[in-house]
Amino acid sequence: MTVFLVIIVLALLAVTGWQMSKIFQLSKGPGAESSEIANDNDNRQQAKLMLWFMIFLYVGMAYSFWHWSKLYLPESASEHGNEVDTLMFISIGLIMVVQVITQALLHWFAYKYQGKKGNRALFFADNDKLEFIWTIIPVITLAGLIIYGLFTWSDIMNIGEDEDPIVIEIYAKQFSWQARYAGEDNTLGEANVRFIEGINTVGLNVNDSYADDDKITTELHLPVGKKVLFKFRSQDVLHSAYFPHFRAQMNVVPGMVTQFAFTPDITTAEMRNSDYMVDKVKTINEIRKENSEILMAEGEAPLDSYEFDYFLLCNKICGDAHYNMQMKIIVESEEEYNQWLSEQDEFAAVMESQE
Amino acid sequence: MSAIATAPAQDHHDDHGHHHKQTFITKYIFSTDHKMIAKQYLITGILMGIVGIMMSVLFRLQLAWPEESFVIFEWLLGDKWAPEGVMTPSIYLALVTIHGTIMVFFVLTAGLSGTFSNLLIPLQIGARDMASGFMNMLSYWLFFISCVIMLSSLFIESGPASAGWTIYPPLSALPQAIGGSGMGMTLWLISMAIFIASSLLGSLNYIVTVLNLRTKGMSMMRLPLTIWAFFITAVIGVVSFPVLLSAALLLIMDRSFGTSFFLSDIYIQGEVLSHQGGSPVLFEHLFWFLGHPEVYIVILPAMGIVSEVLATNSRKPIFGYRAMVASILAIAFLSTIVWGHHMFVSGMNPFLGSVFTFTTLLIAIPSAVKAFNWITTLWKGNLQMNPAMLFSIGFVSTFITGGLTGIILGDSTLDINVHDTYFVIAHFHLVMGISAIYGLLAGVYHWFPKMFGRMMNKNLGYVHFWITAVGAYGVFFPMHFIGLAGLPRRYYTNTAFPYFDDLADVNVIITVFAIITAGVQVVFLYNFFSSIFFGQKATQNPWNATTLEWTTPVEHIHGNWPGAIPSVYRWSYDYSKMNLDGTDYVIPGQDFVPQNVPLQDHEEELNH
Repeated sequence: MTVFLVIIVLALLAVTGWQMSKIFQLSKGPGAESSEIANDNDNRQQAKLMLWFMIFLYVGMAYSFWHWSKLYLPESASEHGNEVDTLMFISIGLIMVVQVITQALLHWFAYKYQGKKGNRALFFADNDKLEFIWTIIPVITLAGLIIYGLFTWSDIMNIGEDEDPIVIEIYAKQFSWQARYAGEDNTLGEANVRFIEGINTVGLNVNDSYADDDKITTELHLPVGKKVLFKFRSQDVLHSAYFPHFRAQMNVVPGMVTQFAFTPDITTAEMRNSDYMVDKVKTINEIRKENSEILMAEGEAPLDSYEFDYFLLCNKICGDAHYNMQMKIIVESEEEYNQWLSEQDEFAAVMESQE
Repeated sequence: MSAIATAPAQDHHDDHGHHHKQTFITKYIFSTDHKMIAKQYLITGILMGIVGIMMSVLFRLQLAWPEESFVIFEWLLGDKWAPEGVMTPSIYLALVTIHGTIMVFFVLTAGLSGTFSNLLIPLQIGARDMASGFMNMLSYWLFFISCVIMLSSLFIESGPASAGWTIYPPLSALPQAIGGSGMGMTLWLISMAIFIASSLLGSLNYIVTVLNLRTKGMSMMRLPLTIWAFFITAVIGVVSFPVLLSAALLLIMDRSFGTSFFLSDIYIQGEVLSHQGGSPVLFEHLFWFLGHPEVYIVILPAMGIVSEVLATNSRKPIFGYRAMVASILAIAFLSTIVWGHHMFVSGMNPFLGSVFTFTTLLIAIPSAVKAFNWITTLWKGNLQMNPAMLFSIGFVSTFITGGLTGIILGDSTLDINVHDTYFVIAHFHLVMGISAIYGLLAGVYHWFPKMFGRMMNKNLGYVHFWITAVGAYGVFFPMHFIGLAGLPRRYYTNTAFPYFDDLADVNVIITVFAIITAGVQVVFLYNFFSSIFFGQKATQNPWNATTLEWTTPVEHIHGNWPGAIPSVYRWSYDYSKMNLDGTDYVIPGQDFVPQNVPLQDHEEELNH
């Protein structure tokens, strides 16, 4: 279908070129004014092109929505994310209505009122009523959006302490992520970059008893349906912890602890089996197969076939390998989660084994 | 052309004491004449624009065909940054950073506002020159020095600044974190400090000139919207640029003198740094306190130019002059209290996020009013489709398309998931990049006769516009969709995430459009430079405009008007105004009344 778009663009460019050549001919013909100021002929040609451009714009927008809407992320894998998506779709719908109407007016007027010698423009300097109308309509619409947005925002950002969330620290450094689980006490031990030494890579205070049962991992496992409170810490530069599938993002700032909480509600297995993901993974694997054939023809190793996993990525420029700073996320049932967690080593045990 | 319109310009007085012998150096290099300084700004801006746009083509090639070898990389970037023709991640980030810096500051701030404020403020308000010609010259030459320093940073061993044009510390403060934060960043900061000094000298001059040097009868409410826009732009610049300077100075202190304004608790390359107690979030506040007004510094002059060009070529008054002025003021005021919408997920208090969402969405209201007023200006006009007019219509189109997505990004809830993705890139390129460039180009096509006494070729102008218009949408419209798919900006390649593999073909489409669009700018460059020397000679008032600059002679003279400065008797938008009986225009047979024409018999006096 890319071919289709390319054809349309080429066709429109061809029309443009054709009209252009006509303009050139006309402007060079005998008796034509050789002025560089638009004459009636130019006005007519350019007005027509305005109409063509409007068609290009609408076909382009329709094409984009038709073919690329599916690129939108899958159904949100967190509870609050559905709210975000609803607001997003309302907003997109609204702005597309405005877009379609205003662009039509703009280009239609540009076509309709093309200049002609002898035509008179209307001296129309102001009209309070009209201006009032198009001030008040955005005011009302925006007020609605603002109120909706603000309620959702405070729901997301105000973390109710009474819900007793699981506390997990996300630790960032150039160019990898680590997760620190708070352990039995659900309290993270004290940490600071000044404690970093040897295998104590995230800088836990060995004398803090809360730190003893902390568990540091390189994969993020989350139980489905339980609220998780993330505490973010960076050891070097700014990073941003972006969980696109969970509609969550928070910058990771050296020198301070930032936080974000969400409740995952779709497990990795469920997501993999959703229609959306089955389709997407199929498409991706077809692309990868094609690319692999090219690679193999050049004598290089083929690409692995792809299986979906949630991921956390860095979304704030952090250095040369910024583009490849990721961590796998697995959302699973509570039993599986507890099972996995129990297999991870506690910090105190790790430190002891080193001695 | 009416005898009335040109009367003051026709009698030549050579006795007003402004003419004296000029050497090449005082005329073309160290000139204190605002018209020459405007040309210097424009040509420097265009040259910087060529560099900035070329950079974007280079990194677009990398994004469409990641890690493939291109001869042009080897040729332009050399063996070090593109071994065997494959672009390295470091130079990719450097290109992205310098592209942003050059386009925002050097092209769209200095190239746009510097050019047209200098050219039009004295000419349109009826002044012989800027309040201080010397300061004006100083402003240009400081700008020139900052350009030279910025460009020289491309050639140093550790590479140019590469922490993004927003230069967030600690990345920009620590050479250990990224190569570009060594000498490259030092030069970036020096260059920007000089740029800010230049911008302040310019802005103060514009403000003083507009307030004090208006000709007799030119009240504030008779000013063309261009002047209103330049005036308010200068005010925003004076308010916000010093804050960037303070941020830059504090960053210089952190980098070179061991202070800790922005740095705390950092462990890098096996050692703990001694910095303690600073906060990168503080830098973000300081940066965006300039950074957001900056986008209005970029777009307001374009808005002013577009308002003027639309009215002139529609042969109609701009619709809702007072509302246009009010919305410029409202935008200027609001622009200084919305910076936090760049920081919704920076870790600042979420309550602040709510406040900034509120103020940000408020700014959509004056913007909407402006868009509706422009559209209404076209309604029932007699549209003269000169290239400047096409670019102005194009401006309104891209400003609407790009502006609307601001409603999504300004909403803190929605920003969570599109923050720093390609959705943002699409939004701000359409609304401030492409739109401001259209405004710049509209201005160049419209005032070229005033600047160089010759006309640009209109047919080349048409080719330039249409291919640019199609190409610009082709580049930036698809970006919304890959942004909504969660694709982060500033990624050297997306191949590290197989999940994004199905976005690769969209990236190819974008790059193809980008190459076409960049390529067609050559048509403009050819048209521009060849018309300076070989263009058709311009008449005094080629577009039949009402404003004062068209009452000056085509040949530039020091002091602008050979005789007395014309007085002003009306606002600048008396296009197609009818006489009291409604039988003919106010001046029979002429559809415009220049500002220096007194109230005629059979003319109704209107208060606009």
